[in-house]
Parts: sequence; C-alpha cells; structure tokens
Amino acid sequence: MSPRPGFILDVDKSTPPALFWHGEGFRLEKLPMGSRVIYPPEALDPLKDPLGAIAHALENPVGDSSPLSSLLFADMRLTIAFDDLSLPLPSMQPPDIRQLVIEQILDLAAAKGVDDVVLVAALALHRRMTESELRHILGDRIYDSFNKMGRLTQHDAEDRSNLIHLGLTDKGEDVEINKRAATSDLLVYVNVNLVSMDGGHKSVATGLASYKSLRHHHNVKTMVHSKSFMDRHNSQLHSSNWRMGRLIKEAGVKIFQVETTLNTNTFPDSFGFLQKREWEWNLKDRTGFIAASAALGKTPPWLSRKILHSIRSPYQLTGVTAGEVEAVHDITIENVFKQQLVEVHGQTDILTMGLPYIGPYNVNSIMNPILVYCLGLGYFFNMYKGMPLVRKGGVLILSHPTRREFDPTIHPSYIDFFDNVLADTTDPLEIESKYESAFATDPWYIHLYRTGHAYHGVHPFYMWYWGAHALDHLGAVIILGGDPKTVHRLGFMSASTMSDALEMAQSFIGPDPSLTHLHSPPLLMADVK
Amino acid sequence: MEYKSDKIKKVLSASVPGFPFKAPNWPATVSRKPKQSKLGANYDTEWSRTYPVRMVRALFLDGIARPLIKTLIPPTVFGEDRIKDAPVPAIFAANHSSHLDTPLLASHIPARYRHKTVIGAGADYFFDRTWKAALWSGLAGAIPIERSRVNRRSSELAESLLKDGWSLIIFPEGGRTPDGFGQSFKAGIAQLAKKADVPVIPVYIKGTYDALGKNSRTFKPGPTSINFGLPLFLGADEDVRIFAKRIQQSVDQLSYELETDWWTARKAAAVEMTPELTGPAVKGWRDEWLRTKSKAIRIASASRWPKKN
Repeated sequence: MSPRPGFILDVDKSTPPALFWHGEGFRLEKLPMGSRVIYPPEALDPLKDPLGAIAHALENPVGDSSPLSSLLFADMRLTIAFDDLSLPLPSMQPPDIRQLVIEQILDLAAAKGVDDVVLVAALALHRRMTESELRHILGDRIYDSFNKMGRLTQHDAEDRSNLIHLGLTDKGEDVEINKRAATSDLLVYVNVNLVSMDGGHKSVATGLASYKSLRHHHNVKTMVHSKSFMDRHNSQLHSSNWRMGRLIKEAGVKIFQVETTLNTNTFPDSFGFLQKREWEWNLKDRTGFIAASAALGKTPPWLSRKILHSIRSPYQLTGVTAGEVEAVHDITIENVFKQQLVEVHGQTDILTMGLPYIGPYNVNSIMNPILVYCLGLGYFFNMYKGMPLVRKGGVLILSHPTRREFDPTIHPSYIDFFDNVLADTTDPLEIESKYESAFATDPWYIHLYRTGHAYHGVHPFYMWYWGAHALDHLGAVIILGGDPKTVHRLGFMSASTMSDALEMAQSFIGPDPSLTHLHSPPLLMADVK
Repeated sequence: MEYKSDKIKKVLSASVPGFPFKAPNWPATVSRKPKQSKLGANYDTEWSRTYPVRMVRALFLDGIARPLIKTLIPPTVFGEDRIKDAPVPAIFAANHSSHLDTPLLASHIPARYRHKTVIGAGADYFFDRTWKAALWSGLAGAIPIERSRVNRRSSELAESLLKDGWSLIIFPEGGRTPDGFGQSFKAGIAQLAKKADVPVIPVYIKGTYDALGKNSRTFKPGPTSINFGLPLFLGADEDVRIFAKRIQQSVDQLSYELETDWWTARKAAAVEMTPELTGPAVKGWRDEWLRTKSKAIRIASASRWPKKN
C-alpha cells in the first residue's frame, strides 16, 4: 500500500486528544471542536537498493558535471566535506547515510590512486564532535583510516591559517571559507537534506565558512525577511548563500555535491505511536505510550534525556543525487517536498505545537531555553511555504517544560546570553547591535569552540535571530507547561493548562479564535494557500 | 475552524477521557477503511473439512442429530428415488422456513452425499462471532455465504468445493421466511451450478415453520416432510436467469405435490398453473388463512405418492 499523504483533521466531539511533544515527555490535549490538526504524510517507500543508487548517482551526475570517477586522478588534492551531527534528528541507526556515500567515494578515489584525501566535518560555528559521534557518522573503517593520520578534520571557523577569503559578492558580502576545501582540486560535499532549508549552496557557503562570512546572512535583517527560510525562493538567507555559492564557483572551487534525502520513518517500533494518528493507535501503541509516558515522567530529566538521546532513527534513503550544486539541489528539494509537504488552506488565529527533546543544536545535550525558543519560533514556525500557518498578530502556543537548564560544556555562551543579554532585552535588533560583537570575539568562547566541544560564542545570538521573523509576525507566544520564570525571561507567557493558554490567547486575539495544531513527529511542512 | 469560546472551558476542564487507557474514538470527519475481518465471509473453514473434524461431524449427524430429529420433528422423506442416480456432487436447493431446516436436511440427504456436504450459511448471521463460526462450520460443515451482496470469496469457495467433490446445501431464499410463505430465490445458485458444472436438486421442506418459525418463541415438536425433486441441469443454451427460475418453479411444484398429489402437481406444472411458494401478491389476513388452510389439507389428505423408499 502506498504511503498516505498528509491530512487535515477537523476536530469533532469524537476526536481523541492530540499528542503533543513536551520536551522529554508527552501531553495529550483535547482540542476544541472545530480546530484543525495537520498530520504529516506517512513515510515514503525507501529506495530498494541504496548502495546501487549511490553508485549510480556518483557516476550519473546532474547538471554541468562529469562522473565522479572521471574527476579523480592520482596526484590530486581531494577534500570530502560532510554535514555534522545536527542532521538528521534523531541520529540514524547505523550505518549513517554519510558513511555509505563517503565509503563509495573513497573506493573510487582509492581505485584512482588518490593519496591526498582529507575529510572535513562542515561545522560552521557548531561544536566539534566527539570521537563516538564521528564514528557514528562515518563508521569505524573511515574513522580508523583517516583520523590517526590527521586527515579527518573538523572545520575551525577561527583558524586563520586555514581560511581563505575568496572575495565579495555583488552585495558586498565576504566569502571566506575553509582553505583546504577551497584549494583542493575537487571538493566533494556529502549532505543529509532533512528539511528544505538544508543543502544547496548553503552546504559550503555556510558549513565551511568563518564568522566574517556567516554574519552577512545570519543576522536579524536577513532572518526577518526570510519568509520562510524553508522556502528557498522566499528566503534572504538562501539568496545570500546562493550569491556566495556562485562566487565560490567563479573563484575556481570545483564542487561535486552529493545530496541525500530520507523518509520520515523517525522512530523505532517501541515508539511507534509517535508515527501514527491517535485514533489509529492499537493496543500496542497505547501500551507503548502509557509505558513511555509513565517511565519518562518518573525519571529525572537527565535520565529521560539519556534514554531519548539513545534513540536511533530507522530513517531510510529516498533519494541520492550528485553533480552540480544547483541542479542537484532542485531534485533534492522535490524529494523533500514529496515527503513533507501538506497543503493547508487559510491561516489560523492560534497555532499550537509540541516541542521535542531534541533540536539541531542539542544532540546528546540539553535543550536549553534559548534552543526551545529557536526550535519553536525558528524552526517549527518556519515550516511553511507561501505564508505562515498563523496569521499576522496571531498566537503561538508551544508545549515544552522550558527549564532553566544549560550544558556548560556545549553551550557556555548560552548561559551568559540568558543571564545577561535577555535580562536586558529580548529585541533581536537591540541584542545584535549591543551584544553580538562582544560574544563573537570573546577569547574564552573562541578557545572553548576550538579546543572543546562548545558552540561558538555568537551561536546563541543566531538562535535568537532564527526566531526574529516569528517574533515580528506573532502577537504573543505562550509556552504550555513551561517554567514561568524561565519563560518570562524569554519574553513569553507561561500557562499550566491548555485551557489557560487558550484563555490567555483570547485576550490578544478576541473571542472565537480558530486553532490549528501542527502534529509532529514526524516533520511536515505546510503549503499554506 | 472556529469554536465556541463558551465551550472551551467545558471541553478542556474535563479530565482526559479514557483514551489512551481505552481504544480511541474514530473522528466522525475521517472515513474509515473497513478492517479486514476474519469473520463473516472471510472466515476460513478449511479446518472443518479435515478428516478428524469430518469424522466428529459424521458421528454427530448420524449419532445425535438424526435420532433427535426423528424424535422431535419426525420427517417423512419423499422423492429419494428421484435422486438415486443423481451425480455427486450436487447442489441441494431448498426453501427455508426455520433453523431446523439445516440439521433436518443435512441429516436426511442420502448417505452418499451426507458426509461430504457443506452448507451455505449466512455469513452475517452464522459467522459473526468466532464461537458461532466454529460451531456451525464444525458441527454442520457450514461455509459462509454473503447474503446481501455478491461476494467473490463466497462464490469462489463454493465453486472450488463443488469442483473438489463436495456437495452443497443452500437456501436460495437467502433467509428464513418471516410469514410462512416462501421468498424469491436469489439467482446466484444458477450461476454457481453453471461455473461448477453440477446439477441442482430442488428440495421442499415442510413443517419446520410450525415447529420453530422465524418469529416463534417456543419450539413445537411435530411432523415434517422433505420432498426431493429430479436433478436439474443447465441446458446447453440456457440462460442462467431462466435456469434460476426453473429451480424455483421446481420447488414450487414439489410443494404443490405435497399439498395435493403428484398427478395434480404435474398437471398444474404442464399448464404453468403451479401456485407459487411466495403466496398471494396481496398480503393481509388472507396470508395466514391460506397458509393454515394448507395445514388442514395435509392433515385430512390420504397418504401420498411417491412414498418414502
């Protein structure tokens, strides 16, 4: 049976309560009659022969590109860059798709006698990955072959000796990227396109860039005018990356892009209820839900996190395309939309959504309040094409415990951002002008970023900017079940029950509002008409 | 998309309903894909045709059902001579007045058919519960037949069994008579006979309605009759609809034969004046009057021909 497309449910009196993620737990909320619930499409059927598909893609590139084997020669400098652990979410069950692709690339390189091969994790300003995380992405064979020879590297956006300035775009944007990658005879980029924001020129222009380059698109003005950054053609973030990508190409950097798409088979059988519509839950699903809710509810947050972060997703490959960046990305986006797009008619007054325990920036770590903000207002709010799901001046209700918890090893600058910057203001523009520079150039944060496993000092600012478009658009944000003090620091309101949240929302938008619930997981993108 | 604000509090203040501790309701706005049930027409009766089960069934039919029926509703069997040389397998097509028809006929068809015969039973009635399906298929050799619509699975099962040498007892009216008069035969039986290339033996059963009719609350023991007709074969160029009509007419004639005598029934058949089992077109008090009149005839009449062999 072919997978069912996305679906919009009109809530009636017989509709069972809707599932909400609530951090490391779940909530079941009875939604008012007449509400809409947007359910994602079912997972697409995977490619029957993933290895064969990868081999075919490498030898049959799209766009203006030759087959990979013909681009390889013995004395060349070959750099293979790959997406970091922020994708996919949760991490894949091994083998990770990047491992499968890179192993085939290395086989071809070995056959051609290429000795000078370097692997680069395209971190941008993300944290360096640990050995086990790298082993997870690349597999033991690659890790053991390349790491001990110093040929497995992680991009360092503060290593002046390994950055190269390629020029300015016609809009005056600096393009400064990893020198090894830029000066190689061939740069192969291997990506995982979990959502439509990923991939394309953003892979190299962002993933291998320096702060000097990133600040041209990771800023409030660009973010406010990216409507949404999940829709490339209406995203200034992407326009900037595309300008930079074209400049990189003009500068002579030869890129062979390999993009992969996965289906939304996100959770293993034990969490199968997360993948199903509530009224289709069978006894096993209900038992699983009750057991998981009870167990996670009884365990302390650190243990719940440990349990949940140990989940490995049974994602399956739905597409792999290689060749010239833009031609590849057009096909990739088609594949992503085929999996995630749901057509929705009309905006809503109130948009509700549950936020999970994981986002791109807290893999194996804590979802701190700034990441809660970013996940809700930055990512989930922007999962639209056309126009936002919620109307201008509408209310967003997020479900998450939003505790004041931080991981000092991974998010050191987030703590200061929360305690000092947000205590002063929550206005993105003011934050940008008053505080960004100090955090971005702070030597301690830079040291932690380069030598430890910390995000760059400026990263919490970017998180705040990701939500700038939503902040500009929304009338109010309510965090259901959120810690009141912490939520207040974010500039939002906290409600302990959905009933309270709806009453609070009505004080902003008046009586009889319309309500839409974005049901996740798995991921979906609303095509709002 | 909109909701009434005054209902919000009421809806949301209610504690979370039984779900997930009980099965969820199905939203009224979502069409439901019918679940593939293992009951009804989908019930797998193959187990009931295995040798051990057949042996138990034979013991039950000959050792329990037959003596019990002879005691409670003693049947007089007519026309066995007419089917003495009829091919095996065959389809027995009888009128249907009572639940007693099934055990009565199953235990009194000739022995050469009896222990390799299945009975077509309403899938919705006899196979709607696991225990009922097991009981009827086990003890009576019933197979599920969809009554309200054409069902490929039902007809394919019946056809394959006939081709495999099993005879079939079927009540083409599709259900018991509600008022003692017969009902029109469904045409599927003729199609089935054609597909399986087997004859149809018409049967008329009398007396079971009075013993335990559809709306009877109590069982009234009393005599019954079974009248077997000549086997009917589909003509070379005969349309199945004509054949279906011929089957029904044969049962009508067997009925009339019991009411009158063989000669009278044959004469009526020759001029197409056989009264139909379905009774008069106009229903009313006269229904019951006419039906009970036939009972009076049976009591008053002398012994009939042909006699039981």
